[in-house]
Amino acid sequence: MNMTPTDRQILDDLTADDEAACARLRARLAEQADRDGLLDLSYRTTDSPIGPLLLAATPAGLVRVAFERENHDAVLAELASAISPRILRSPRGVDDVARQLDEYFAGHRRIFEVPVDLQLSKGFRRAVLEHLREIPYGATESYTVVAEAAGNPRALRAAGSACATNPIPLVVPCHRVVRRDGTYGQYRGGPEAKHALLTMEAAR
Amino acid sequence: MQPFEEIVVEHGPMVRRVCRALLGPVDTDDAWSETFLAALRAYPDLRPGSNVRGWLVTIAHHKAIDQIRARARGPEPAADLSDRPPDGAPGPEPADTELHGALAALPFKQRGAVVYRYLADLPYAEVGALLECSEAAARRNAADGIARLRRHYEKEPR
Repeated sequence: MNMTPTDRQILDDLTADDEAACARLRARLAEQADRDGLLDLSYRTTDSPIGPLLLAATPAGLVRVAFERENHDAVLAELASAISPRILRSPRGVDDVARQLDEYFAGHRRIFEVPVDLQLSKGFRRAVLEHLREIPYGATESYTVVAEAAGNPRALRAAGSACATNPIPLVVPCHRVVRRDGTYGQYRGGPEAKHALLTMEAAR
Repeated sequence: MQPFEEIVVEHGPMVRRVCRALLGPVDTDDAWSETFLAALRAYPDLRPGSNVRGWLVTIAHHKAIDQIRARARGPEPAADLSDRPPDGAPGPEPADTELHGALAALPFKQRGAVVYRYLADLPYAEVGALLECSEAAARRNAADGIARLRRHYEKEPR
């Protein structure tokens, strides 16, 4: 069909979108999906002194914290295949985390009080993460001590990789694990971020 | 598989235009929400490589038909989804613009053909499948629908 100027006017008028209406509909969809048990993963981003963080939660709790260098879009795609593609931007289970992280970086919080979902870690790695949650603010532990506490003193390398692949950094404080010689070891957020966190915690 | 949020961001505005043009402003939000809730429910089973746009428009089409039938079950006589002029059947809601008013006054098949071809950008073969008519009939319905809207515009310039 050949389009006349009037036709173009007609189509332009019919395709004029209301950004605000679409945003409101998306927010309402997330609420309805959660109510109907269809929201397998909710997420948001939040700013922090160590860069933007992606926070993702299942109905059971916080399941992933990702640094900018991990590429948030890539992380969401991984979550879609590892857990479920039913993912929506939503405050459920992540707004509380964002608020507590703000308090942590402002020096007003030492313990995170949010449910966590460790389903992305299995077996020994998971035992390591469960132990990490007991290392207090401002303290550090060596990989040797962590391996021992998680039930296998000889699994040094495995303890190291459990820390390096911790799906919930910050809230599960893998940054508090350092080498016995005092150097930092691997960190998902990069060595600068680990250094910044340990310096911040030591100062308070 | 893409996170569903990306699907909503990419196709949400198009589905809203489709719902609004099919149903009028009053039922737009409900039809949009029902479409995306149904899509979210079925999403993990969607085959890789599927045409997401066509899939969503098909869901929206069925939700719109449900709405129109529900309206017709009210005090009004049975819904008329045929080619005949509307005669007050699939009761258009009060439209929020002149153009949407003119669109609502079109017979359902013309309205559907205009909406699915031009707002949803579906090929005529898919438009025909949705409206249960041939590709050629879909093409004719879209052309007739646009011609009526054009007359309306030329009569009442904005």
